[in-house]
Amino acid sequence: MNADKMTTRAQSNGMRLDLSLIQQWIGQHDRLLDLGCGDGTLLIELQKKHNIKAFGVDINMDNLCMCLNKGLCVTMQDINQGLSNFATQSFDTVVMTYTLQTVYCPDRALCEMLRIGKQGIVTFPNMGYWRNRFHLFWRGQMPKSKYLPYPWYDTENIHLCTIRDFEELCAQLDIRIVDKIIVSENKLGGLARMYPNVFGASAIYRLTQQGGTTQ
Amino acid sequence: MRDNSMSNTHDSPPKSLDIIQPIKQHFDEPLTLACGEVLTEFDLVYETYGTLNADRSNGILICHALSGNHHAAGYHIDDNRPGWWDTYIGPGKVIDTNHFFIVCANNIGGCSGSTGPANINPETGQYWGSHFPSLRVRDWVSAQKRLMEFLHIEQWAAVIGGSLGGMQAMRWALQYPDALRHAIVIASAMRLSAQNLAFNMIARHAITTDPHFYQGHYLQHNQFPRHGLSIARMLGHLTYLSDDLMGDKFGRELRTGSFALGIKKAVEFQVESYLKHQAAAFSSHFDANTYLLMMQALDYFDFSRDFNNDAIAAFAHTRAEFFVVSFTSDWRFAPERSQEMVTALINAQRPVSYINIHARQGHDTFLLPIPDFMQVFSAYMLRVTDECR
Repeated sequence: MNADKMTTRAQSNGMRLDLSLIQQWIGQHDRLLDLGCGDGTLLIELQKKHNIKAFGVDINMDNLCMCLNKGLCVTMQDINQGLSNFATQSFDTVVMTYTLQTVYCPDRALCEMLRIGKQGIVTFPNMGYWRNRFHLFWRGQMPKSKYLPYPWYDTENIHLCTIRDFEELCAQLDIRIVDKIIVSENKLGGLARMYPNVFGASAIYRLTQQGGTTQ
Repeated sequence: MRDNSMSNTHDSPPKSLDIIQPIKQHFDEPLTLACGEVLTEFDLVYETYGTLNADRSNGILICHALSGNHHAAGYHIDDNRPGWWDTYIGPGKVIDTNHFFIVCANNIGGCSGSTGPANINPETGQYWGSHFPSLRVRDWVSAQKRLMEFLHIEQWAAVIGGSLGGMQAMRWALQYPDALRHAIVIASAMRLSAQNLAFNMIARHAITTDPHFYQGHYLQHNQFPRHGLSIARMLGHLTYLSDDLMGDKFGRELRTGSFALGIKKAVEFQVESYLKHQAAAFSSHFDANTYLLMMQALDYFDFSRDFNNDAIAAFAHTRAEFFVVSFTSDWRFAPERSQEMVTALINAQRPVSYINIHARQGHDTFLLPIPDFMQVFSAYMLRVTDECR
């Protein structure tokens, strides 16, 4: 893996950051499925730059309306209820940005995403990040941060994990990590390269099924 | 201090259209029907709302459901109530007459002015009655296409329908793929379930066993199977409502009588009185043979029959962008029926959007002013509007 690609500096806008980083993995005219597409920002940007055939899934009515307003194809669907309506290998790319930690069964969601897509792109906040560790260690409370702004009792983030947890799960599920980008604070890029699980605030993974290929 | 113009848009609901005049158009080119019979000529009665733009790109076809007709919006001169979808069609409404030229026709076989079984068969000089040819959804679409050609519209901006109307929108996309840009299918299904068929069978039985039915030739006998049609309507109407809605609306309230001990007088529940009223109103203006024809078209409709029951293959044949809406409490055409459609569209790699609206009102939700439905429907119509500019 290219070391330059491995860490990158955090910017103020998390979504923008993901977009600028993942578009290198998206081909022109790709069929792309965004699971938990939110207001459709990512899909619209990729549509503009890569002419993708975009498809979004979300559960929130306001988000879906914003997507419809933007002219996107979206369906109202609860990822937790399964994704069997999407045929095997019917999309080039399936994306989950900050969605994995919100689903009931992240392991099943990962398998499903790689069944449906030739490649999967997943981003999630790293619970092993030093600020989270400090928060828990010194304050003795559940961490709160830019990526994790909600109190423990009222959060969609029910399956938080560390970078190490995630990679262990990928190994268990026979998922191949093709690329990864560790997002860190400005001054900690070097440390994040050495200790991603401590100094990475969030992570972006490009995945395929074992034996799968990407262009 | 409040801005006046703002308070206007927020406080007063959009107004209805002014007085609407239905138009009757005669078509004398024969129409070959799916059953093999030929209608040598026919009339379609229709209404239009809004203005057709210069490049004739803003036409929208509204397809009516089982008991609907061409009067979708605005008022006729003698109307107490506006057309059946006035909540959604009008200036500033979801289907905005300021942007679109909206067409709604009474389907052939109907009883609101288009050629149907209560008319005289020109070949025999007698009422058509049960000799009116059996109809399929595709026949309605073919007749609507004639109207489209008459209006010199090459492509609808959208074909929109709820329930049986949604089936027509689907059928349009299949039969004339390039003649529409959007198919908006609300509370519909690709085919009826066994339960749906069974309900229709009971309704049909109620009509055909009415002693005044005369095997469909009641008009010749100056009779009408009002009793049978009333039962059919009560049964049908029941399937349009949800248990929750009926609970909210009627509960176990009594209209007359009492359960007090020592009182003999029979009670009438509110729901009983409501259904009787619905049935009486309906059977006084709707033709029983039309009802049978419409139910048969429903029963026979199967979107993918011509494609070996492969819905993906059928949808792969379409060119329109689909917008599918279902309602959580609809048990007549449950959300799963819409989801089957959406799954097939996704797997046919056709553009589709789908929303399942949380609503307690059952199948008929699409006729009611439901804020969530209005919001998503408006959001979708925005793109239809943008393409017409």
